[in-house]
Amino acid sequence: MSTVATDIQGAVADAAAHLYVWALKDIPQDLRDALAAARDRETSVPGKRVLEIIHRNIEVAERENNLVCQDTGIAVYTCRVGEHFPLHPANIYKALRDGTERATIEHPLRSNAVHTITRQNTGANIGYRLPIVHWEFISDWDGLDVKCVPKGSGSENMSFLKMCVPADGVNGIKRFVLESIVGAGGKPCPPGIVGIGIGGSADYALYLAKEAITRPVGTRNPDPVVAQLEEELYGLLNETGIGPMGLGGDVTVLQCHIEHADTHMTLNPVAVNYQCWAARRASVHIAADGGATFDRDF
Amino acid sequence: MAQHTLTFPITDPQEILQLRAGDEVTVQGHIIGIRDRTQIRIFDEGVPPPMDLGGAFLLHTAPNVRKLGPGRYEKICIGTTTSARMVRFTEPLGAQYGVRAICGKGGFPDEAIEPMQRLGMVYFAIVGGAAALETTQIEEIEEVAWEELMPECLWKFRVKDFGPLIVGIDAHGGSVYREVQAAARVKLEELYARL
Ligand code: SF4
Repeated sequence: MSTVATDIQGAVADAAAHLYVWALKDIPQDLRDALAAARDRETSVPGKRVLEIIHRNIEVAERENNLVCQDTGIAVYTCRVGEHFPLHPANIYKALRDGTERATIEHPLRSNAVHTITRQNTGANIGYRLPIVHWEFISDWDGLDVKCVPKGSGSENMSFLKMCVPADGVNGIKRFVLESIVGAGGKPCPPGIVGIGIGGSADYALYLAKEAITRPVGTRNPDPVVAQLEEELYGLLNETGIGPMGLGGDVTVLQCHIEHADTHMTLNPVAVNYQCWAARRASVHIAADGGATFDRDF
Repeated sequence: MAQHTLTFPITDPQEILQLRAGDEVTVQGHIIGIRDRTQIRIFDEGVPPPMDLGGAFLLHTAPNVRKLGPGRYEKICIGTTTSARMVRFTEPLGAQYGVRAICGKGGFPDEAIEPMQRLGMVYFAIVGGAAALETTQIEEIEEVAWEELMPECLWKFRVKDFGPLIVGIDAHGGSVYREVQAAARVKLEELYARL
C-alpha cells in the first residue's frame, strides 16, 4: 500500500496510526511460517493443542478483522531518519504520538498507559515519555523508516539483566539465558523470540535485546561468531521442555536473536528481552515528499 | 487425558473434583472477568465485590470494549493476562467468596497448589494471546461493576463453548507447571554440564 501526502508531519502521524492497528491485526508472514513449523514439529499433546489454537486465532483475527491479541501493549517505534528528511525528529516524535493516540481513540483500542506511581491512566496509549521511540540517523539519505512494535506486558515482564564478569565468559551468558527462559516458564506466552543483548553497558545491553526481538524471525546476526551463538542457544533453549504456554513440549522458543556491541574490558553484560508468539511488528518507509510505502522488512 | 464440559457457576463441588491436571475442559454459562486492581480493591482495600462469586469461574482479563451507554459495553477484543502476578489472592477468593475456578495464562506458581487442594479449586490454562478466538466465544458482556477501574473492572460475561482450556492445577495437588519446572531444572543441569 502506498500513499502520497503534502503535509509531512500529518503523513508521519497517519502512517503511525495505520502501523499500530495493522501490527495488532495482521502478523507478518515470517512469523506465521515459524508458528506453522512449530505446530508441525511439536509432539506433546497440550503443546500441539496450544499451537493449533494459535493458528486458529490468527485466522479468526483475519476473518473478523480483529486484534490478534487483546494486549495493545506499549507502542515502541524504531526510526531510521535520513539526514535530509524534511521533518525534524522532534516533530517526528510528535507525529508518532499523535498517530498512536488517534488510532487508540478511533479504533478504539484498550489504553494501557498509566503513571508509574499513581497508576492513573494517562491517556490513549500516550503519556510522559510514551510512546517509546528509538532513533538511528543515516547520512546521505532523505527518507524515514518507521517500525512499530506493540509490546505486550506479559512478555516485557520477562526481561532480565546480568552483569556477568569477563571470567564468566560466553558460558556465563549461555547459563543466564537458559536460566531466565526456564524461570519465565509459561508467563511470556511461549513459544516466542528470545532477544538477547550482549556487550555495551547495562542500559545498552537491554536496548540491544529489544532491538533483537524486532528483527524478522530467524534472521541471523551478520557477525558469524554471534550468529553461531544464536544457533547454539536456539537449540539449547528448545531442549528445556518448557513448551508452548509452559505446558511442556518440544518448542519453547521460535527463535533466538542476538544483538551485540563492543564493551569495556571488565564488562560482560547480558540482557534478555522476551517477545511472545504474537510478535507483532509493522513498518513503513516515508519518502521526502511524504509518500508512504508499507512493508515489513526492516 | 479426559475431556469435560462444565457450566459455571457450579453448584456441585464434585464437578471440580473430577478434573485432573492435563484434562481438557470447555466452559458454558457465566464467567467473571477480574484483574490486578480489581483484587487489590477487594482484598487490600477491603471493598466487597458487588457480584456473587460463589461457585464462580474467574478470568484474568482486561478487555478492549466500546461503550454503548451507562453500564453497557460491547466487546471488541477480549483476551487473558498473566496469572502469576495475582497468585496471592487465590486463598481468600476461595475461602471468603467460594470461587471454584481461576483461568488465566502462564500458570500459577506452586504456592497456589495447597489452597486449591484444600478449598476444592482448579486453575485453567488458556492460550495467552489467542484473544480473537476467545472473543468469539464470549456471547455478551452482561454486567460491569467498578467502571472507574476501566479496563480492570469486574465483568460478567456469558460464554458459549469457551475453550478448550487445560487443567493446569487440579484440586488434588496436581500441577502441570510444577512437573514441567522440575523436569526443566534437571535438564538445565545436564545442559550446563555440556557447555
Ligand atoms: S504476552 Fe504477548 S501474546 Fe501473551 S497476552 Fe501479552 S501481548 Fe498477548
